[in-house]
Amino acid sequence: MSDQNDVLIQIRNLSVTYQTRMGSVSAVDDVSFDIKRGEILGLVGESGCGKSTMGKALMRMIASPGEISGGQIIFDGEDIMNYDDKKMRDFRGRRVSMIFQDPMTSLNPVQRVDEHLTEAIEVHEPKTKKESITERITTLVERLGIQRQRMTDYPHQLSGGMRQRIMIGLGLVLNAELIIADEATTSLDVIVEAKLVDQLREIQDEFGLSIFMITHNIALVAEVADRIAVMYAGRMAEIGPIQDVFDNPLHPYTQGLLRSVPSIQLDDQEELYKMPGEPPNLTHPPSACRFHPRCPVAMPICSRIQPTLEETQPMRLVNCWLYQDHPEKETPTNQVMV
Amino acid sequence: MNKEDSPCLQADWENLVEVHNLTKWFPVQKGFLDTFLAGEKDYVRAVDGVTFNIRRGEVFGLAGESGSGKTTIGRLAIGLEKPTEGTVCFDGTDLSWLDNEELRMLRRRMQVIFQDPMASLNPRMTLGDSISHGLKIHYPDKSSAHREIMLDIMEKVGLTPPHFYLSKFPHQISGGQRQRVVIARALITNPDLILADEPIAMADVSVRALLLDLMVRLKKELNLTYLFITHDLATAKYICDRIGILYLGKLAEVSELREVYAHPLHPYTQALLAAVPVPRPLERRTQPMPKGEIPNPINPPSGCRFHPRCPIAQDICSQEEPQLRELRSSHKVACHFAEQFL
Repeated sequence: MSDQNDVLIQIRNLSVTYQTRMGSVSAVDDVSFDIKRGEILGLVGESGCGKSTMGKALMRMIASPGEISGGQIIFDGEDIMNYDDKKMRDFRGRRVSMIFQDPMTSLNPVQRVDEHLTEAIEVHEPKTKKESITERITTLVERLGIQRQRMTDYPHQLSGGMRQRIMIGLGLVLNAELIIADEATTSLDVIVEAKLVDQLREIQDEFGLSIFMITHNIALVAEVADRIAVMYAGRMAEIGPIQDVFDNPLHPYTQGLLRSVPSIQLDDQEELYKMPGEPPNLTHPPSACRFHPRCPVAMPICSRIQPTLEETQPMRLVNCWLYQDHPEKETPTNQVMV
Repeated sequence: MNKEDSPCLQADWENLVEVHNLTKWFPVQKGFLDTFLAGEKDYVRAVDGVTFNIRRGEVFGLAGESGSGKTTIGRLAIGLEKPTEGTVCFDGTDLSWLDNEELRMLRRRMQVIFQDPMASLNPRMTLGDSISHGLKIHYPDKSSAHREIMLDIMEKVGLTPPHFYLSKFPHQISGGQRQRVVIARALITNPDLILADEPIAMADVSVRALLLDLMVRLKKELNLTYLFITHDLATAKYICDRIGILYLGKLAEVSELREVYAHPLHPYTQALLAAVPVPRPLERRTQPMPKGEIPNPINPPSGCRFHPRCPIAQDICSQEEPQLRELRSSHKVACHFAEQFL
């Protein structure tokens, strides 16, 4: 796909299955993609499409009754699926850090800010001297725009934006190479969100880390990401450079999705595109291409044979029969009318 | 206030709702010792002197960040809360004139749609019972017609075929359908005003457009007036005719939506509009955001409440509270220095 050296993490044929009373649910089904060093990759999709499961799977944090039922996660050349618990614990936090939607539930309510950060260093780098820990966390907290005296505050004394910055700090303090932000700005007000996003961008520049940003907010991804990945019903629909995908979305789902995003600009479309139907229930997903019942350009083949995610143009991957040939495909059309 | 002084006596027929100097202070719960020592009670000034009108047949939006008082204003506007001060006139009637029974009768004409349909539907009532419940309360004498009215409304909101949904329970249908049930339930009493408090914030993008479209269509078909409360300025663009921007319990700016978005006159509105991400990767925001965060509504800043964060604040802003002034035609703003943006 791309040069080995600038790829930080390769996900290959990853599947996550949940066992439920209604049968097994494949929340993530045979998904492959890369995250490059120093890029912001935005993963978008609607609720239930598997985007959060994807984020957790990257840290092998899928809890029972779910499990990673297949595939590889190759981080910096090593398949972390082979790691034992001890190695995995060290991997989480030190190399990959995760920020969730609600920082209040991720921070310990009876621990002060400085204790959170100190603990992270003590656990992962037990040989560090006390003075150098204090120095490291003070510099970091100030770098995140939080006053030094707030370090002895408890989480409930901080504002939502500050809490989320502390969460970012927990990733940075150990020099994690990848931050997974799962709806990290969703509970914040727009102005606070905009400020946090500015900060994420600065930090990403300064520390050269990769950010995997999982969100339902497509406009936000347009604002920060270098590349965008679109998931639908547990499968990857399309991946590409942000500008290319917005200019010329290939997958019919991406096309519909982008046209239904509300825009504040007055000269933008007067009416939102109304996509028919609703996302499917994954206990009984539609056959073959899971988007075919809602697809305006579905062909007979779409309900019979599943397409694969293929590179159709340089850097652009799409999972759709419109761009792939198959002996059973009857009417090859390359023109998409929505 | 005497009945004769009520501003509702001079209410304009064009306005379905008039809100005058609306104020709601919530007392802060404190321990006994704190109350004893402090002497004075603290209040959260959720809404502090807000005046606006909702015209018949329009969609009036109220937008602001969390804690701006938008939800409280909505609840006050339909009489779910009693204001600390100020008046709400509904179709020329002062809500404070009415006793509980009269208010209950008037509720037929004002209905609510909340954000989370799962939380607003009774999980043990069938959808049919939920939808027709309002009829049983407000039209108990016409029970023979209930079923027909219900089926008709269900068709209108797109719950088709109605028989398929009647005996189902809320957990058996999708989120988008659930919100349709809530809309049907609100419409069944044939109301004039709908208070929609973040009605589509929970829905996915692809479902959101359908719900917005439905709400606009129903408004036209049934001659409704909406008070649309939202934190999402991008969504507001697709439904609101006029919009009021709230900051810490006060109106910062109010006008036609297109007018506000094209010529925002309040520095807060400008920041708020700039902060909304735009789905265009080439037009990323570069301008800085206002410093600090929304202050505590128990001790709001003196003068203009936005002054500690405002890029153009001067001495007067911390001393004198700016009043809403009409600077362009039907465009009001509460800022001492808004002229420079004209």
